[in-house]
Amino acid sequence: MSKSIYKVYRAFERFWHWMQALLIFFLAFSGFEIHGAYSFFGFKDAVKYHSIAAYMFLILIIFAIFWHFATGEWKQYIPTFENIKAQLNYYIFGIFKNSPHPTKKTVLSKLNPLQKITYFGLKIMVIPVIVSSGLFYMFYRYPTSHGIQAMNIKSLELIAVVHTLSAFLLVAFIIVHLYLITTGETVTSNLKAMLTGYEELDNLTEEANSAARTLDLSTTIEENR
Amino acid sequence: MKKIVVIIAFISLTLVIILGILSQREYEPTTLMKLKEKYSKKHSSSVDHSQFAILQKDFSAPQQVTIACISCHNLRHKEVMESNHWNWEKEDYIQGRGIVYLGKKNAINNFCIGTQGNEKSCAKCHIGFGMDSKGKIFTDSTNIDCLVCHDNTETYVKAQEKGGAPVSTLDFNKIAQGVGKPKRTNCGVCHFYGGGGNNVKHGDLEMSMFEPTKETDIHMGTDGMNLQCVDCHTTEKHNISGKLYSLASTGNNRNTCEQCHTNTPHDDDMLNKHTIKVACESCHIPVYAKVKATKMSWDWSTAGKLKNGEPYIEEDSMGNHAYMSIKGSFVWKKNVKPDYIWFNGTASHYLEGDKISDTTIPLVLNQLNGSYSDGESKIIPVKIHESKQPYDPINRILIQPKLFAENKGEGAFWKDFNWQKAAEIGMKDANLPFSGKISFIKTKMYWPVNHMVSSKELTVKCKECHTRKDSRLSGLNDFYMPGRDYSIPVEKSGLWLIVLSIIGVLTHGSVRIFNSIKKKRGNK
Repeated sequence: MSKSIYKVYRAFERFWHWMQALLIFFLAFSGFEIHGAYSFFGFKDAVKYHSIAAYMFLILIIFAIFWHFATGEWKQYIPTFENIKAQLNYYIFGIFKNSPHPTKKTVLSKLNPLQKITYFGLKIMVIPVIVSSGLFYMFYRYPTSHGIQAMNIKSLELIAVVHTLSAFLLVAFIIVHLYLITTGETVTSNLKAMLTGYEELDNLTEEANSAARTLDLSTTIEENR
Repeated sequence: MKKIVVIIAFISLTLVIILGILSQREYEPTTLMKLKEKYSKKHSSSVDHSQFAILQKDFSAPQQVTIACISCHNLRHKEVMESNHWNWEKEDYIQGRGIVYLGKKNAINNFCIGTQGNEKSCAKCHIGFGMDSKGKIFTDSTNIDCLVCHDNTETYVKAQEKGGAPVSTLDFNKIAQGVGKPKRTNCGVCHFYGGGGNNVKHGDLEMSMFEPTKETDIHMGTDGMNLQCVDCHTTEKHNISGKLYSLASTGNNRNTCEQCHTNTPHDDDMLNKHTIKVACESCHIPVYAKVKATKMSWDWSTAGKLKNGEPYIEEDSMGNHAYMSIKGSFVWKKNVKPDYIWFNGTASHYLEGDKISDTTIPLVLNQLNGSYSDGESKIIPVKIHESKQPYDPINRILIQPKLFAENKGEGAFWKDFNWQKAAEIGMKDANLPFSGKISFIKTKMYWPVNHMVSSKELTVKCKECHTRKDSRLSGLNDFYMPGRDYSIPVEKSGLWLIVLSIIGVLTHGSVRIFNSIKKKRGNK
């Protein structure tokens, strides 16, 4: 099949991705210091920086949600079980034999079924849980200090434990995610794509191409190289 | 369109960063500035007592001075006679026990144990004269000692063991003409020496507080605001605000930092959030007994040893009494980190004659109530004083021994060194049963630490509590504290998850590398 270079990740998407990466790294680093795992900034500053980064993360999330719905990109993340076994087989066996990727990456379907499930889980489970437990963490004293007895939160324990647990999940995700970047067409093609926005992909069918064009998705810069 | 979204996102993010940085800027809170202004105005008396004719005449007895005072301040004696300082007891309420009359008259502490039978000696710190065990002085207003609190000449001194009378060499005219608002010296002369010596009891109130530096006490420092005791312990009709839970059990008439500083005194919101659960003192008094050591424990069971038939005294390295034949062995400590407890403002007390339910554990003489979950408690710093003191193992009550007498042979322990006799007479004086058997029991007292407040630079740092190892709050385990606490299952599974992820990607990666190398070689 012929290949062309497509614009896969648009400017905001890349900005969102790298900003999110930076913030999650920083939040994890300062967060685990607050958790008592090590000392770097000092407890007081770690708390301060963690809070500032948390607000930045919140704003970024609001923009990202808007973007996802405005562009319809949210559909990319609807989980599917189609091809999931093939994808698993690929990671467990095929990849070692240089077998081809079982899922074709196109601008209309950037994610393989495993990615879809993982990112979907992140977006509707891990991130909401870590964000809401984080907000509770920051404001759980509010009812007490303002005499709102009915909403009194007696203990921080549940909030803190849930927040920590989701942090561990995110860190584990990042480790695996960082590695899986290298499993693209070449070792660096995924990374390059997320940096520049462009990636060489199989040509779309005529039908898909026109659909993509109406969505302003496929800016082919070089055809049939 | 795309670009606009990127630009707006970028601008808002930078805005948050800038706001975050700006909010770190330090500035003095206005309440503090107002307070500094208010308390730098020095009090000046509205009358000059040296001009009054009645204070010019000869006084042969301290009671005559009191009569002269009352001749003008002709209702003040009634206020004084209703005060705790005069009565040595007050109506109080102990949960589960009801209304009690509580005070030096009937409480037992783990220092000199109790006043009953020893009044003549103890009365050196009573605001009256002529104290004896009959207690008749409590009804006679001429026995009020106005001068011990109001002498501003700093020459008034009470005599040892004379029932509260002053020494005989005083110039009453000079003293009476020089009266005024009580100063640190007036309060300190009793409150710094409670328990029979400097800093025996409190730990945060001792002779260095007569003229403290700012380093010792930020409020009273003579090189700073130079506050007097009564600036905070405000007084209305001789009812002085503030009290200590060694003798108090309810939360009324308390003195707090908040009454001046409000409960959100910091610029930093995170610190203000702490005030819901943490008392100001917990952070702002990092150590007590900053200048002179304080007594941490008192073991009565070793008392009574004699050298050549005579009582003796041994000193520790700091020059404090380590052993006294009349009192037993002591441990002193300086620059002590407080212990921390939850406290909701109420306490219960061991009173004379109370049965000890469990003699195998230390008996707490003033239990301070509170817990994280009751919603009212705050963490406060305390000095815990431990003691070993005599009790009657048959009747299971603490023994109030007769300690003081003027002469040998009256059965007082400090003269005759005989526990048996001292207990017998002491318990008879206190109208309590005594089986004839004496044992020693460990006792504990909690002394809230409220003074010797440090400057803000020296406050307890976040990390001193929010840490896994050696947290200052390691003794308080009924709540979750970030930095100190964690859930062991979450911690373990989280770490395993990370370790397995790393092992997973490393193995997967190395197999890939190995395969590609093998393939390359094969191609060659």
